[in-house]
Amino acid sequence: MSRLTLPAPLAALRSRMRGYFGAHRSQGVIFAIIVIGIALPLLSRVPPFGQLQSINAWTNAFTIAAIYAILAIGLNVVIGFAGLLDLGYAAFFALGGYTYAIVASPFFGIHIPFWPMLIFGAIIGAIFGILLGAPTLRLRGDYLAIVTLGFGEIVPIALLNADKFTAGTIGIGGIDKPQIPGVVNFTLINPWPFYVLILLMLMLVVVAVFRLEDSKVGRAWEAIREDELAAESSGINTVVSKLQAFAVGAAIAGFAGVFNAAKLTIVSPGQFGFVVSVSTLSAVVLGGMGNVVGVGAGAFVIYLIQSIFLKQLNILISQLGIPILGDIDFLQFQYVLYGVVLVIMMLKRPQGIYPARRRMRTFADSKETAK
Amino acid sequence: MAAGTVGTVRTEKPRSALALPVIILAFLAAMFVWMGFTQFLNALTLGAVYALVALGYTMVYGIIELINFAHGDVFMVATFVTMFVSGTVLNQKEGIYGIPQLLLALVAVFAITITVMAIIGAVIERFAYRPLRRAPKLAPLITAIGVSFILQNIIQYLVGPYTYNVPQLFPVDWAVMIGETRVPFLNIFVIAVAVSLMALLQLFISRTRTGKAMRTTSMDRDASSLMGVNIDRTIMITFLIGSGLAGAAGVIHGLYYGNTNFQVGFQSGLKAFTAAVLGGIGNTAGAALGGFIIAFVEVGAVVLGFSRWGGAVVFSLLVIFLVFRPTGLLGSHTGDRA
Repeated sequence: MSRLTLPAPLAALRSRMRGYFGAHRSQGVIFAIIVIGIALPLLSRVPPFGQLQSINAWTNAFTIAAIYAILAIGLNVVIGFAGLLDLGYAAFFALGGYTYAIVASPFFGIHIPFWPMLIFGAIIGAIFGILLGAPTLRLRGDYLAIVTLGFGEIVPIALLNADKFTAGTIGIGGIDKPQIPGVVNFTLINPWPFYVLILLMLMLVVVAVFRLEDSKVGRAWEAIREDELAAESSGINTVVSKLQAFAVGAAIAGFAGVFNAAKLTIVSPGQFGFVVSVSTLSAVVLGGMGNVVGVGAGAFVIYLIQSIFLKQLNILISQLGIPILGDIDFLQFQYVLYGVVLVIMMLKRPQGIYPARRRMRTFADSKETAK
Repeated sequence: MAAGTVGTVRTEKPRSALALPVIILAFLAAMFVWMGFTQFLNALTLGAVYALVALGYTMVYGIIELINFAHGDVFMVATFVTMFVSGTVLNQKEGIYGIPQLLLALVAVFAITITVMAIIGAVIERFAYRPLRRAPKLAPLITAIGVSFILQNIIQYLVGPYTYNVPQLFPVDWAVMIGETRVPFLNIFVIAVAVSLMALLQLFISRTRTGKAMRTTSMDRDASSLMGVNIDRTIMITFLIGSGLAGAAGVIHGLYYGNTNFQVGFQSGLKAFTAAVLGGIGNTAGAALGGFIIAFVEVGAVVLGFSRWGGAVVFSLLVIFLVFRPTGLLGSHTGDRA
């Protein structure tokens, strides 16, 4: 990229921006998300994309992709920063969503506004993260993986069976949408308010996670990930640090869950299966564990491939009338996609497509010892 | 017991050799009285399936310290291979009543399924896990999840997300009456097959050269390599045997329950893994014991009327054991680092 020769004024602008945002990363993040947030809808009007689906459908797709990006960034705190494999991440997403659904729907007749619940959903996520983490984080990484996997299984089962509080299989519908009286009107037909809101949430999460990464806590996570014994010997309380990572990850999932419930206006146990955890994990692995920007981009790529590219491939092939391929439903391949991404990435490029500088060392070291 | 474990280093004080069998017998007797004969047989049969799957988890974990997430799905694929072999290849739809034909069919189904699954397991090891043997811990674990997902979705793609009938070759209505209760031969057959396979495995591990190589590899891979053990070959044999046992469990599942779908592997896998942890991971005798205990817990939950919460109970047991006794009931060689 840097080999591109730009005209002198642009080059000067670029180096000034680089210098400024290098020193003020949070402002850089906000600026970048605003630019991307404007560019994506514009891009979706450009001919090849514009014909695929309507602009509103595109905006909806970007909104959901951004939810996945937040989830991936949250999971990245647990896996990428602290090196803990959490396979039940969707459970926290579900808990956030159900928390909001229970207190803001006709189901119980309670209607608490969206905005405080956004924070409260995050708190609920963190509480459950701590409840699950406190007994299990003393375990080795692979045991933790299986315990979180079990937790991810149990939460939907519990939501399904505790039908007095969750309406069982049907789920809770008619969830309230966010309200800003007199300013904007959140409706199902107009995707733009949700789009702007999720971008603001994404900004908040990215800035917070970047700040955490550079903080004392973030450095402790990194030390634990690289060598737990050495970290402990250096005076890091590893259990507390891991618990912090777990709680932060779970809080981000709960935060995203509240928005997801308000956006879809329905929550049901089927939405929060193992597939959600695995797709988030594939986004993290694809983007490069530990790399905030990478995993966010990974989530966009995974989501857009599965929801748009595969669907369009189906339509395209049926239009072209290719005999053998016409019978294949490419949408069915979206789940295989996750598996393939996980296996190929781990075998061929474990540091991710666009690895974090700090993480490159981990995999470089392991390669050397393998020789 | 200790003779047949994969690399067990016993950390607790030695107990009387009789203590464990006595406890097991007492437990069985209590369960028998509490559940009644039918549920008791159910639990034993379910336990046989879990135990066979758990053996694969525990052997792989014992030797390369990897939770092979794909193992439950190997079991699931085995149920479909069973369906294919008995339904399509042998063209049977229901029980075979002629004894010689039945024996022949059973031997064919077991032999083909076990062979196919052993090969699939070894192929997975060769291409997905071997390249990552010296990679950071998370890498093979994530790969295993990927493999599990691929297996599930290949099957879902091939046959669709429906529940299929598996031909029950062994006649379901053959039974003997013991007093008032009816004891189906199928249950006896299933339990007998499972127990003899487990006994064979114990003999293999404790008596053969390869078994010895497996035990030394799980204790110290580098040292065994220096002593002339072919590590790659030993690990591959472990996968062959583990997946073969999952194949046998798949056949049993098909014969006994008579149905399958592409998701059976996930739940059974989680339960079988819990069984392996319960018995002390890395310990083959423990895995067998754990399988039966999990089955009794699950059937017990059904007896008490909590059938929908069976999975939750098993999972809670897993957490409790991991937190308070990570070495499991019979001790494990990796527990100290848990």
